[in-house]
Amino acid sequence: MTPPDGATPARARIQIPQRTLRTDRWWLGPLFTTLGLATFVVYATLRVFQQDHYWVQEHHYLTPFYSPCLAAQCAPDAALFGRLPVEFPPLVPYALLSLPFLLLFRLTCYYYRKAYYRSIWQAPTACAVREPHRSYTGETRPLMLPQNAHRYFFYVAFVITVINTWDMLVPFFHGTDGGFGIGLGNVIMVVNVLMLWGYTLSCHSCRHIMGGRLRNFGRHPVRYRLWTGVSRLNDRHMYFGWASIATLIATDAYVALMASGVISDLRFLN
Amino acid sequence: MSERLFRVWRGGADGELSEYRVEVNEGEVVLDVLHRLQATQTPDLAVRWNCKAGKCGSCSMEINGMPRLSCMTRMSVFTEDETVTVTPLRTFPVIRDLVCDVSFNYDKAREIPSFTPDPATEPGDFRMAQVDVERSQEFRKCIECFLCNSVCHVIRDHEENQPHFSGPRYLMRVAELEMHPEDTADRRAIAQDEFGLGYCNITKCCTEVCPEGIHITDNALIPMKERVADRRYDPLVWLGSKIGVRPKDTPITPNIRRPADD
Amino acid sequence: MAPPRAPGVTRHTYDVVVIGAGGAGLRAAIAAREQGMRTAVISKSLFGKAHTVMAEGGAAAALGNANPADEWRVHFRDTIRGGKFLNDPRMAELHAREAPDRILELEYWGALFDRTPDGRISQRNFGGHEYPRLAHVGDRTGLEMIRTLQQRIVALQQADAAELGDPDAMLRVFPETAVTELLLHDGAIAGAFGYRREDGGFVVFEAPAVVLATGGIGKMFRTTSNSWEYTGDGHALALRAGASLINMEFVQFHPTGMVWPPSVRGILVTESVRGDGGVLRNSEGRRFMFDYVPDVFRAQYAETEQEADGWYDDPANHRRPPELLPRDEVARAINSEVKAGRGSPHGGVFLDVSTRLPAEEIRRRLPSMHHQFKELADVDITAEPMEVGPTCHYVMGGVRVAAETAASDVPGLFAAGEVAGGMHGSNRLGGNSLSDLLVFGRRAGLGAAGYVAGLAERAPYDRVADRVSAAAEHALAFLKQGTGENPYTLHSDLQDTMNDLVGIIRRGPELAQALERLDGLLERSAGLSAPGDRVYNPGWHLAMSLPNMLVVSRAIAAAALEREESRGGHTRDDFPEMSAQWRRINLEVRTDGGDLVTVGHRPVPDIPGELLSVFDPDELAKYLTKEELPEAADDVDEEERA
Repeated sequence: MTPPDGATPARARIQIPQRTLRTDRWWLGPLFTTLGLATFVVYATLRVFQQDHYWVQEHHYLTPFYSPCLAAQCAPDAALFGRLPVEFPPLVPYALLSLPFLLLFRLTCYYYRKAYYRSIWQAPTACAVREPHRSYTGETRPLMLPQNAHRYFFYVAFVITVINTWDMLVPFFHGTDGGFGIGLGNVIMVVNVLMLWGYTLSCHSCRHIMGGRLRNFGRHPVRYRLWTGVSRLNDRHMYFGWASIATLIATDAYVALMASGVISDLRFLN
Repeated sequence: MSERLFRVWRGGADGELSEYRVEVNEGEVVLDVLHRLQATQTPDLAVRWNCKAGKCGSCSMEINGMPRLSCMTRMSVFTEDETVTVTPLRTFPVIRDLVCDVSFNYDKAREIPSFTPDPATEPGDFRMAQVDVERSQEFRKCIECFLCNSVCHVIRDHEENQPHFSGPRYLMRVAELEMHPEDTADRRAIAQDEFGLGYCNITKCCTEVCPEGIHITDNALIPMKERVADRRYDPLVWLGSKIGVRPKDTPITPNIRRPADD
Repeated sequence: MAPPRAPGVTRHTYDVVVIGAGGAGLRAAIAAREQGMRTAVISKSLFGKAHTVMAEGGAAAALGNANPADEWRVHFRDTIRGGKFLNDPRMAELHAREAPDRILELEYWGALFDRTPDGRISQRNFGGHEYPRLAHVGDRTGLEMIRTLQQRIVALQQADAAELGDPDAMLRVFPETAVTELLLHDGAIAGAFGYRREDGGFVVFEAPAVVLATGGIGKMFRTTSNSWEYTGDGHALALRAGASLINMEFVQFHPTGMVWPPSVRGILVTESVRGDGGVLRNSEGRRFMFDYVPDVFRAQYAETEQEADGWYDDPANHRRPPELLPRDEVARAINSEVKAGRGSPHGGVFLDVSTRLPAEEIRRRLPSMHHQFKELADVDITAEPMEVGPTCHYVMGGVRVAAETAASDVPGLFAAGEVAGGMHGSNRLGGNSLSDLLVFGRRAGLGAAGYVAGLAERAPYDRVADRVSAAAEHALAFLKQGTGENPYTLHSDLQDTMNDLVGIIRRGPELAQALERLDGLLERSAGLSAPGDRVYNPGWHLAMSLPNMLVVSRAIAAAALEREESRGGHTRDDFPEMSAQWRRINLEVRTDGGDLVTVGHRPVPDIPGELLSVFDPDELAKYLTKEELPEAADDVDEEERA
């Protein structure tokens, strides 16, 4: 048993056949994540390609999934920046310019990356649970390098969130009898826009841009305060990520139900 | 006082789990129980420990499958009839029983270019605001228990990645130096090329197991990825490098990597 | 081929071997390496795990950042006062003078201390220090220090890698390696023998200079804040090599250790809790420390709660709260309260910060205390008081060394940090340990380097080869003895003996009884047996360190029996007064090479006149004999009495 002089005996890791020795329900988290993401993807896909029920003329409610509306078929008042002179064929989303960037913003988001790497990619499914892949290169290969472009998608998302904010403000000035009015739709849209801002501003890239990239805060008091503010939001990035998904679905569903005449807006004022 | 069933890894890589019935008292932690095993049943049970107060990071092991400090895992988190399984860290070679060879970590530590103050300064010259030191101070809370490196799937599930991935502990060390207000080196390029930051897919297990509650992923790894993006994936920097404005990358120290066989 | 050698022994050759990789050891190694010496650091634990990480409060240095009135003379005065005038004055002086430079040096190596508003190193209040003086990082200063030194060593290794092609060329760390014997040739150091924990292989370091930086002795006591490493290895190695230990009777019991649950009994609760406003109360809710201010400190401490509370914000116009008396006083006071039946449910007293600071502030200033109580005791210190009691924390005694070079009586043997004696006198002030490590760690490294540079020749290996074989055989014996004494049982019996008979309050007959019991334990230790093989076998490791603990325990008990007075970390129930005559005497322990100790007397070096003048004559009169007092002081004394 005495090892030879000075040499370190060849050592190996322990081999345990089980995938993990964890005894808690570690699979619950990834399961809920998968279900949550799948719900959103299925719902969003159906709605985006539907090319209908996106606009309530009476109160100027526009669903965020169709903003800004660009196709020649768009309702004239729904097209904030005017319409393109071409009719969009079926299965081409009316918000052709914004949706891909929003998708990329969320796809490259540091939180969503964690969520889908764990639940869908299973790398790893949960902590200390052996992953099913034979090899792993992470985000080092060319296919994965676009993940580093998150900040650019953030810039675009910021602009789109401004547009969403505009979309949220407009209906306040289209009450039932014209002029100012408030309905349940307005409230839902306000909450949605707050969540969208929460998600967008709590982004890790935003935190970096605001001040995270500095070595020295003492010499940049304003950027330090911005960074501090964003850091506080950033703590809750995951919550904003899920909350904004939920409010997006809620807003869109509410607009769709109104637009298709299933329900009418619950008005609190005018 | 009650009697509990423990399954403890005994032996080297080809060892096995042995069962022990052992007394457990109020307020005890897993390490207390292992010490009782040593004192009463198996004196040669190998356990690495020092302070027994969660300050030194020696007694890392896996308890019911999760990497933990055994001195900070209270017995009260288990039910009375629950079997407690204790194994050595899975990512590192086992020496015996619950003790691993963690030299991987010390080798990685040596690869990172050290703190580099401006040569024009001398001791006593630094003036740093509290807000400037706080970011790096969080990382310096690290007790080097290596739980993060052990749980990280990049090397835990793929041993072949060990040569080119430093693990969360040492990527955080790079971040700590990059955020040090008086440091003058630029480790962004080597963070990506030598220390394997790109392998990190920010799945946050390091943060989950950190006994010091350091936000390793959000405060060190992601900010470091953003800094690497500044250096590597910014069109302006790329353009600059084409016309000769090039950031001064600090290279990895020569001859610091051990040859495969020491 | 090398000449005769024991089987399975790896040989290394160095200029300087540093035993111990805590603050003092690492600082010594850095200093020796910077002098061009090939240096080895031997660490019983992994690199960076040393006991220094447990230090919480801070490192005392008169930087004058928090209060510009602070300077080294004031620090010197506080240190001597805290040590009850038994300190080696030259060591206390060097320490006070050099500590600021050592702290700034750490900062220059990357340490991130907490800051003042103008960007300097912030300093906090601590027991016995007149001004806020402790450079700190929250309550994990020791960790910051050890990490900085560790990273400094890495930086030096990187430079060697670049220049010489091998990071270990000039400075190498041997983790999880323990030294069991110093090798001597003609009475001078020739090297060290030890074993690797991980595989049980034996190692010999041939080196003309050894720096002991092995820390303390706490593991001989049941209730202690110390880790398993604190087995007094360095004290024992020095004794057996022929060096002498001084002040061994002075063992510091930190007033505030955790008392509940049993498994964490003894774990340290930092003094910063009190420095930042925490107060001690008994079961009747009384701030009892006001009842325990001794005469010698009466002038500096507040008499009412109101005055004490005013001090935190306006120290210039208020006297200090008595909770911040030196540690020996507070520990004795808590002990008395508990004995009088006014203790907390689990045999301590209440330390309360929850009613003194807002929760947010507590979490910011005392993060690890908050964490520690929450995790280990289910106590939220922002909402309820902690239960605390005295715990064995530090030994003031150690190897007698020369202040300038840290050299012991044995040529080539140096000592720094807790293992060295003299600096702290009879009681160490909180915060003086971390600065002690830096100041004397560096001096030991320089001292060893200077000694090696001046050597004409080194002992050839064959002169010590016999010793090496014998040491190896001795170590292996424990593995072969079959059904002998269980080392864990013997250790437990030793801890009971020391805790019960040589603890915080001592009595002559009990000390004599302790010595008797130690004789019995020593006999039993010959038959120690550890089952298993050589690979990472903790039972075997404990068996090898027990003889060290036993000989050092004897040193403590014998010195404690000899000193018939109470002073600092030595309280005799049968001699409760402090004696000016005893103040002039250091007790010096030696062995005959075996495990039997003898205690001798040695005069305490005089405080030079210009340093004596920093004290008030009235104060000097409380400590010194009449003939030692300067003329003027004598007069004042007479007037007062009249």
